[in-house]
Amino acid sequence: MSTPMVHARAVRKSFGHLEVLKGIDLTVERGEVVVILGPSGSGKSTFLRCVNHLETIDGGAIHVDGELIGFRAHGGRVHHLGDRDITRQRREIGMVFQQFNLFPHFTVVQNIMEAPVGVRRESRAQARTRALALLERVGLADKTNSYPRQLSGGQQQRVAIARALAMQPKLMLFDEPTSALDPELVGEVLATMKGLATDGLTMIVVTHEVGFAREVADRVVFMDGGVIVEAGPPAEVLDNPQNPRTRAFLSKVL
Amino acid sequence: MTTATERHSPPEVDVAGAARTRHPLRWVASIILLVLAAQLVNLLITNPNFKWDVVARYFNAQVIGAGIITTLYLTVIAMAVGVVLGVIVAMGRLSQNPIARIVSGLYVWFFRGTPVLVQLVLWYNLSALMPQISFGIPFGPEFLTADTNKLITPLLAAILGLGLNEAAYMAEIIRGGLMSVDPGQTEAASALGMSRGRTFRRIILPQAMRFIVPPTGSQVISMLKATSLVSVIALADLLYTVQAIYNRTFQTIPLLIVACVWYLVITSILYVGQSFIERHYARGATRNAPQSFWSFLLFRRRQSAPAPTREETPS
Ligand SMILES: Nc1ncnc2c1ncn2[C@@H]1O[C@H](COP(=O)(O)OP(=O)(O)O)[C@@H](O)[C@H]1O
Ligand SMILES: [Mg+2]
Repeated sequence: MSTPMVHARAVRKSFGHLEVLKGIDLTVERGEVVVILGPSGSGKSTFLRCVNHLETIDGGAIHVDGELIGFRAHGGRVHHLGDRDITRQRREIGMVFQQFNLFPHFTVVQNIMEAPVGVRRESRAQARTRALALLERVGLADKTNSYPRQLSGGQQQRVAIARALAMQPKLMLFDEPTSALDPELVGEVLATMKGLATDGLTMIVVTHEVGFAREVADRVVFMDGGVIVEAGPPAEVLDNPQNPRTRAFLSKVL
Repeated sequence: MTTATERHSPPEVDVAGAARTRHPLRWVASIILLVLAAQLVNLLITNPNFKWDVVARYFNAQVIGAGIITTLYLTVIAMAVGVVLGVIVAMGRLSQNPIARIVSGLYVWFFRGTPVLVQLVLWYNLSALMPQISFGIPFGPEFLTADTNKLITPLLAAILGLGLNEAAYMAEIIRGGLMSVDPGQTEAASALGMSRGRTFRRIILPQAMRFIVPPTGSQVISMLKATSLVSVIALADLLYTVQAIYNRTFQTIPLLIVACVWYLVITSILYVGQSFIERHYARGATRNAPQSFWSFLLFRRRQSAPAPTREETPS
C-alpha cells in the first residue's frame, strides 16, 4: 500500500494554557476528499494550519506524502526545521482562506503568477500561460487584469483557489472557503471545488456546507473540543450519527 | 369618483429639470476672501519696504545658489540616514527579540523627546563630552583614535543631528505602515511557500507604502525647512547665506523673501513628486480608478469614477 497523503498522529497544540488540539489522529489517502465539520472553536482551523506548519504542533506528528512536517527526526532525536525547509514543504500544500487573502496590489493574473515565478523560478511566460489556463478553469478568464477589490467575493475566492493551484500542490486545505460569502455566491465556489475533487486532488475541507460534504466528501470528520468525535462516510456520519454531540451539531446546521 | 390606486398615486413629477440649490452664504464668503486677497496683493505691490528690486537682484545670485545646494544636499543625506536607520529601528520595534524592542523603543523615546536644535548643538560640541573618539574591540584594545573636533565637522554634526532625529520619526511612520497591513497577507504568502524576505519585499512593503509615503512626504518638507536650523552651527545653507548677506547690507526683509520663495519653489517640486509616488502605490487600493494627476494637483475633490464593468457570473 502506498503512503497516505496526510498522516496525523496524536497531534496536540496549545495556545498558552488553552489546549486546542488534544490528540488528533487522521489519515487522508491520495485523491481523498475529507470534510471536517464541527462547532466554532473546536480547533478545525488550528488543525489545518498545523498541516502546513502555519502553527507549530506541541506533540504528535504530521506526515504529508511521507515527509515529517516542520521537524526532522535524526538518530532518535527530533529537531525543528529551518525556515528554508519549512517554506519548501509549504510549496507542496495549497491553502485557501475564509477571507481570501488575495494580494490587493497585484492584478488577478499577477496574484497567480507571483509564487510560481518568485518561489519556483518558473519563467514568466510559462507561469502566465498556466495562470490563464487556471483562470479559464475557475471561470474567470475575463478578469485577468482586474484588481481583487474589483471582484465579487465569490470571484475573489475562485482566484485564491487558482493561486493555490498554480503551485501544483499535492494537497489542498480549505478553511471555511464560503463562510465570508453572500449566500448567492457560495454555489460558484463549491462548484469549483467539486471540479477539483473530480479531478482527483487530495483535499481537506473545513466547511459548514453539509450539502457539499454529502455530495463530494469521501469521508466526514466531526470535531469538537479539540478531538475527533466521529468519522466515516458521509452517509453514516450525516444521516446516522452515533455521537450525541454530532447529532446536536447537525440538528443546528441542517 | 377616483379609485383607491389613483387617490394614492403621487402627482406626476420628473426631477430631471430640477433647479440648482442656491448657496448665498458661499457667495458672501467668496467675496470676503477675494477682497482680503486683493488687499494682500496691494500690500505686496505698493509697500516699498519689500524692495522687490533687491529681491530680484539676489534671487539668482551665485551665493544663494550655493546655499540652496547645501540645503538640498543636507536634506537628501539626512533624509537617507533617517529612512535607512528608521527601517532598522522599526524592525527592532516589531522584533521578537525583547532587547531589540527595548533598545529601539528607547531610541525613539530619546530622539523624539528632545528638540532637534539641542541635538544639533550637542553633536557640534561633542568634543566637550569626548575629546577623542576611538574604534576598537569594546572594552578591549583600540585600533584607531581620532580627535573629535577634527572628525565632527559642522557638516557631519548637521547630518548626525538631523538624520538621527529623523530616524526616530521615520521608524514610527514605517512601523505604523507595516502594522496596517492585514496579517492574512503574510499567512497567504507563507502558505504559498514564500520566504520571509520575499514576503516582506513583494507583499508587505508595497502595501505598507500606501501608509508610509504621505507622512514621509511631509517629513521631507519638514526636513527641508529643519535644515535651516544648521545656520546655528555655521553651515552655509540657504538661510545662513541670506543671513550673512543682510547682516552686511541690512536688507533683512527682501533677503528673507528670497529664502522663502526658494523654499516654496522646492517644496512645490517635492509636492508634485510625492503625488506621483502616491499614485503608484495606490494600485488596487480602491474599486475606483485612481484620481487623475491634474485633478490631484488642482486640489479637486475626489469624485467616484465608475467602477470597471463587472458582469455577474452565473453560479
Ligand atoms: N493564535 C491563537 N492564540 C490564542 N488562541 C487561539 C489562537 N488561534 C486559535 N485560538 C483559540 O483556539 C480555539 C480553536 O480555534 P480554531 O481552530 O480557530 O477553531 P475553529 O476553526 O474550529 O472555529 C479557539 O478557542 C480560539 O480562540
Ligand atoms: Mg475556523
